[in-house]
Amino acid sequence: MSTHPITQKRAPGPGRARVFLRRLREGDQVAHLVTFIFASAILLLSVLLFYELYRNSHLSRERYGWQFFYMSTWDPVFENFGALPFVYGTLVTSALALLLAVPGGVGAAIFLAELAPRRVSDVMTFLIELLAAVPSVVYGLLGIFILVPLLRTQVQPLLKEHLGFLPFFQGPIYGVGLLAAGALLAIMVVPFIISISREVLLAVPQRQREAALALGATRWEMTMKVVLPYAKKGIFGSIFLALARALGETMAVTMVIGNTPQINASLFAPGYSVAAVIANEFTEATSDLYISALIELGLVLFLLTILVNAVARLLILATGQGEARA
Amino acid sequence: MNVTEAREFPLLKMQIQVREEKPAAAGEATLVTERLVVRYGQRVAVQDVSLQFYRKLITAIIGPSGCGKSTLLRTLNRMNDTVANTSTGGLVQLDGEDIYAPGYDVIRLRRRVGMVFQQPNPFPKSIYDNVAFGLRINGLARSRAELQERVEKALRAAALWDEVKDRLDRNALQLSGGEQQRLCIARALAVQPEVLLMDEPASALDPVSTAKIEELMFELKKHYTIVIVTHNMQQAARVSDYTAFLLNGVLVEFDATSQLFTTPSDSRTEAYITGRFG
Amino acid sequence: MRDSWRKFVNVTMLSVTGLCTLLAASILFFILGYLAWKGGSLISWDFLTKLPKPVGETGGGMANAILGSAKLLLLASLVGVPIGFLGGLYLAEFGGKTFSFMVRYATDLLNGVPSIVMGVFAYTLIVLPMKHFSTFAGGIALGVMMIPIAVRSSEEFLRTVPKSLRDASLALGASKWKTIAFVVIPAALPGIMTGIMLDLARVAGETAPLLFTAFGNQFWSPGWMQPTASLPQMIFRYAISAYDDWHQQAWAAGLVLLMLVLATNIVARWVLRKRMRLMRA
Repeated sequence: MSTHPITQKRAPGPGRARVFLRRLREGDQVAHLVTFIFASAILLLSVLLFYELYRNSHLSRERYGWQFFYMSTWDPVFENFGALPFVYGTLVTSALALLLAVPGGVGAAIFLAELAPRRVSDVMTFLIELLAAVPSVVYGLLGIFILVPLLRTQVQPLLKEHLGFLPFFQGPIYGVGLLAAGALLAIMVVPFIISISREVLLAVPQRQREAALALGATRWEMTMKVVLPYAKKGIFGSIFLALARALGETMAVTMVIGNTPQINASLFAPGYSVAAVIANEFTEATSDLYISALIELGLVLFLLTILVNAVARLLILATGQGEARA
Repeated sequence: MNVTEAREFPLLKMQIQVREEKPAAAGEATLVTERLVVRYGQRVAVQDVSLQFYRKLITAIIGPSGCGKSTLLRTLNRMNDTVANTSTGGLVQLDGEDIYAPGYDVIRLRRRVGMVFQQPNPFPKSIYDNVAFGLRINGLARSRAELQERVEKALRAAALWDEVKDRLDRNALQLSGGEQQRLCIARALAVQPEVLLMDEPASALDPVSTAKIEELMFELKKHYTIVIVTHNMQQAARVSDYTAFLLNGVLVEFDATSQLFTTPSDSRTEAYITGRFG
Repeated sequence: MRDSWRKFVNVTMLSVTGLCTLLAASILFFILGYLAWKGGSLISWDFLTKLPKPVGETGGGMANAILGSAKLLLLASLVGVPIGFLGGLYLAEFGGKTFSFMVRYATDLLNGVPSIVMGVFAYTLIVLPMKHFSTFAGGIALGVMMIPIAVRSSEEFLRTVPKSLRDASLALGASKWKTIAFVVIPAALPGIMTGIMLDLARVAGETAPLLFTAFGNQFWSPGWMQPTASLPQMIFRYAISAYDDWHQQAWAAGLVLLMLVLATNIVARWVLRKRMRLMRA
């Protein structure tokens, strides 16, 4: 018998076998096709999302152009729509949320990853992850009836008394406002920061820790000087993810922020966020331009969260690569 | 029937109880490879191997680890097709048909040529469902009764029936390692293949289970052609009729087991079986 | 001298971080406790089966909201689960390199969409052409929100099925689709189902996407094409109202919602942890 590569053609087998074979192969093809169609549906949906937001905001985009972002009046009556108060409110509340949540959150993550015994860490992490599952309205409920009165009667007067020279803590005290929203957001994003930072910290290779301890470092020093720097990018990633969450948060914010489109340096002042104004005014929007402006706000929010999420993912990925190079 | 004979294997420096009274005569070759070449990307794993596997006899493939024996085995039922970046050249024939010919029914091939893997891999299903799987998938039983019959037959052939007949509904993963492997054999036998490929079937098992499986192979030989890859030379000597010795992907020697282990023709074979390497 | 300072810092920081953790973990109990205290007394058979009373009158219940949420979730699963599962199946078993990358990117994109924007999307897509609010629109909004997690869950668990099992099936003469249908999917199913349960629990609590799709309803909402009340939406409406009675109902509804969500989460996560541990062992 002569040698020949497998590509040599041979006479096909009996007819019945061929049909049977084709039918079997078709099963595979069908499965491939069906799943492909559904996977494409996902792609289609995301494209459609962009398209719908873009298309339905064109009235507002054409009317205002880039002005939209630095005009600070939001006047439905005279049809003057500027996004600045909402962008301001969103950014301030999110920044405040991070300011309050990050130190405690990273601290807790450090405790859970480095200092606590495994069992304790597992149980506490479980509880904290459950917090992330609490619906936004429930947080809002607690915000309105617990947080706001607390701020109004205890916290804000205290801040005003001792730190009133700062522009942040001046002006009338309502309870609702930027401070309330920021504080509530902080509570809502803390579980994310803790959960992701903890995982990032746990992923730091044991060799690094051992090297530090072998040189006589205390556990805290090992954590601060070796583990944390190693995990730095991942922790920043978790912060950005928390930021993305805070930016898009609607219900809890709208229940405590005061829903007033104004820009005020004081944290005591009521404000408004992009998500909150869409939620509140969408069904009341009387004109096409009004709705278009709200939809444009939605588009902006969407793009912003995409950007922040992308940065977050890059950072979290980068921690992994750090190890390969090191 | 079960006459054992203590035969001297001076090169292996031991006596081995061998089952056969006489050396088995080679009948027709049911499975043939000719100048088989297998590549993983750039690396050549099997080089120019021409072998004949005789009907209803046991052929062992031995060699040091990494010599390509598993790869060779996997070409015989085209399981290498599932590994990315492999290319196969040369000829592999089952009953005269080129199994790598375009249009050749791979599914049917795998029914005719069954495989038992090194690590027992029963499905996380009941014992019954494991054995019935091949039958159901290929539509081989026309009724519930027939299915049950064939499952029982397969389990008996694998010498497992008595141990599991009262717990066919239990999850297969609850069985011991040796039992799981025999279950995998039963599962492969259920579809009534002509050839059974065994890739180091006992290497993950304890000596008692290993002995049971070797016992089993003598029974199976009556009905099936068996090709077994093993790194255990004593096992090859005990069990097989013909042995092929592979080194670095190249077929060094292929002969009747009794010949190869007593008077090997190639010095490399002698070096391997006397333990000088591998 | 210096060493004792270092040791002091070490111990102090242990306490400080431990305190942070304790605080974070206890928030959950605080929330549950407070809701139970404020709203627990109101949960009765009436609450679960009666319609809301008009403004000013006391009593009444949230039966329509509970049913509305159930209908919305049913619709959401009908949309989210097939697309998510089959999409994940594609990525795990069939995917080509570039197309898979695009699908994964699109999935991550959808995952990051703020829920209010999803509501706007469903509004432009469904409510505008239909010219009215509906359960259908709300269900679609929630369904699209379910897709990313369903995809990720499905893909991950399908990938964990070991090659040896697939090989065993192929070696018995099963074709690829049969191997997937009868070996791979059954093995991955428990994990996938728990992932979908968590997904459902998440969208069950969403309000924002419903504000201008399902909108809300004082009464029953027959069929699928009329606006409907839902549990989270009622909580919102009652919470921001000026009536104490409604406030109390909001607490009660919040308690019901929270308990359902937490129960699902606890069960699902616990099951997942067990499976993870089994697989690692």
